[in-house]
Amino acid sequence: MPNNRRRSFLHLSGIAALAGCSQQPAAKTEEEKLPSALGKPISSYGERSHYETAKRAVPDLKRPQIGSTRTPLADTEGIITPSSLHFERHHAGVPDLDPARHTLLLHGLVERPLVFSIADLKRLPSASHIYFVECAGNSGGEWKAPGGPNVAAAFGLASCSEWTGVPLKILLEEAGLKREGKWLVAEGADACKMSRSLPIEKALDDCLVAYAQNGEAIRPEQGYPLRLVVPGYEGNVNVKWLRQIKIVDQPNQTKDETSKYTDLLADGTARQFTFLMDAKSVITHPSGGQKLTGPGFQEIRGLAWSGRGVIERVDVSADGGKTWQKAALQEPRLPKAFTRFRLPWQWDGKETELVARAVDSSGYTQPTRAELTEARGMNSAYHYNGVKVWKIAADGSVRNG
Amino acid sequence: MVRLLVFLSLAAICSAQKYHVGRPATSDEIKSTDQFMAPSGAGLPPGKGTAAEGRDIYSRRCARCHGAQGQGDEEGPLAGGKGTLKTAKPLKTVGSFWPYATTIYDYVHRAMPFDNPGLLDANQTYSVVALILHMNGIIGEKDEMNALSLPKVKMPNRDGFIKDNRPDTGKKKR
Repeated sequence: MPNNRRRSFLHLSGIAALAGCSQQPAAKTEEEKLPSALGKPISSYGERSHYETAKRAVPDLKRPQIGSTRTPLADTEGIITPSSLHFERHHAGVPDLDPARHTLLLHGLVERPLVFSIADLKRLPSASHIYFVECAGNSGGEWKAPGGPNVAAAFGLASCSEWTGVPLKILLEEAGLKREGKWLVAEGADACKMSRSLPIEKALDDCLVAYAQNGEAIRPEQGYPLRLVVPGYEGNVNVKWLRQIKIVDQPNQTKDETSKYTDLLADGTARQFTFLMDAKSVITHPSGGQKLTGPGFQEIRGLAWSGRGVIERVDVSADGGKTWQKAALQEPRLPKAFTRFRLPWQWDGKETELVARAVDSSGYTQPTRAELTEARGMNSAYHYNGVKVWKIAADGSVRNG
Repeated sequence: MVRLLVFLSLAAICSAQKYHVGRPATSDEIKSTDQFMAPSGAGLPPGKGTAAEGRDIYSRRCARCHGAQGQGDEEGPLAGGKGTLKTAKPLKTVGSFWPYATTIYDYVHRAMPFDNPGLLDANQTYSVVALILHMNGIIGEKDEMNALSLPKVKMPNRDGFIKDNRPDTGKKKR
C-alpha cells in the first residue's frame, strides 16, 4: 500500500513540524538485574508474566451468574483479544459441559433431523475466521450521558477472536433444509436455556458452529464446547453452549428478542431483530484513566469495527473535532473484525480533546451522540455506537470529554 | 419421462447427505429436547391454570425477586408501566411491553425460578402465567390459561414493534 505509507509519512512530518519537534527527556529506568540463577523449567500450559495485570473487572453482584465482565481493550494490542480477557455476558452462569457427552440436535423443518457429537463436528469441513463479538448493550450507558470513565467501562463488551468451526450451511445441507424453513431458533445448554431466532439467510451465509477460539478449545465462559458465531450480529445471538437448532417458519419470539434486545424509540415503538452492529471506533490510547507523562510524541491508537463489512477509514481529531486526519489502518483489515488504527501525534501539553470516527465499506460513518439521540431518542438502551471523546487535561490526565 | 427422471435425480441430489456424519435423531430425543413454544401455540403442553391457582406457587417461588404484586424487588417488575414507553422513564414489563403471551410460558418454563429452572410443572406454569397476565389487568382472575387460550391472549403492546429500519444514522454529512 504505497499510498497509505505516503499518507502516513506526510502526517508524521506535518504534525512534527506543527509541534516544533519538541523532544522529551526519557524518564530514567531502574537498571535491570539479569538473573544469574537458573530460570523456571519447561511447563505444560503457559501463563502470562506475573508482572502483567490486565484483567476483566468483576462487579460486585448479588447474582454473579447473571451479569457481565468487560474486556480491558486499552490493555490489548493488535486485533485479537486474548481468550482469557474476552468479555462475558451470562444469563444463568457458566455450565460445565463434558465434550464427550455434549451433542447438537438439528431438527424442525429439515428432511433428516440429525444429532452431532463434538467429534462428529470436528470431522466435517471447518473454517477459521477472525470476527468480533459485541454485546448489543455495549456502551449502553452512553445513551444517557457520555459517562464511561475508561475504554473497558464504555466499550469493553466487545472482543475479537479467531473462531474455528463448521459452517452452519454444511449442517443444514446435511439435514436437508426444507423450503418452508425461514428462521431458526438456537438454544444453549445453560441453566436458562437461552434461545434466539435468526433468519435462515444469515445461517446460510456466514454462521459458524464453532468449537475453537484462538487456536484452542473455546473457553467455558465463551460457550465450551460449542457456540454459534454469527458474524457482525449482536452478541446475544451468538448462542453459547449450543445444544439445539430448530428450523422454523417464523421467529419464536423468545424473551431475549422481545422484552430484551429490542430498541425502544422516542415514539414508544421498539425496533425488533436489530441484529447488525453498526460501525464503531474508540481510541484506546490515550484514553480515560491514563495519564500522559508530559508533552511530546504519543502514538494515538484505537480499534474500529463494523457488522456491515470492512473498516475503510478512521478519522482522528486531536483538537476536539475542528480538524481531522486519516489514521493508518493496520492490515489485515477483515470484514466484521476489529481493525487497529494508529496516528502519530505530538502533544503540546495543552488541554485538548481526542476523538475518532470510523467509516465502513458500506459508506456508513460512525455518528455523534447527538445524531444518535436525535434519530432514536434516549431510551434505546442497545446499539449505541456514537463517537467517544477523550479530554486531555494540561496535567496529562485523560477523562471523558 | 426423461424430464421426470432428471427432476427426481436432481431432487435426490439436492436433499442428499454429502458427508454422512452425525446420526439420525430419534423422535423421543427430539420430543424431550424441543421445548420451544411458538406464538401460534405450537409446543405448548397439555395442562391448565388460573391466576387464583397461581398465587400459592408465585408467593413461594417468585415473589422474593419480583415482588408480591409483580411490582419488582430484587429483579425487575412483571407488572405496571402502562403508558410509560414514550416517557423519560420507560418501564418495560410483561404488561406494558411484551408482545406475545406464549413468550411468558416459554420463558418461565425454561428459565424460572432462577435458582431452579424447570421446577414448575405444566399446570403450575399455566397458573403463574395466568397470574402475571392478571396482575397486568389483561385477563380475569378465573380465566383459564391452556394450550388453546394462551396464544389467543392479545398483549397490549402487540403492535408496538417495528422491523429494523436502520441505517437511521451514518450518512456522510461532513
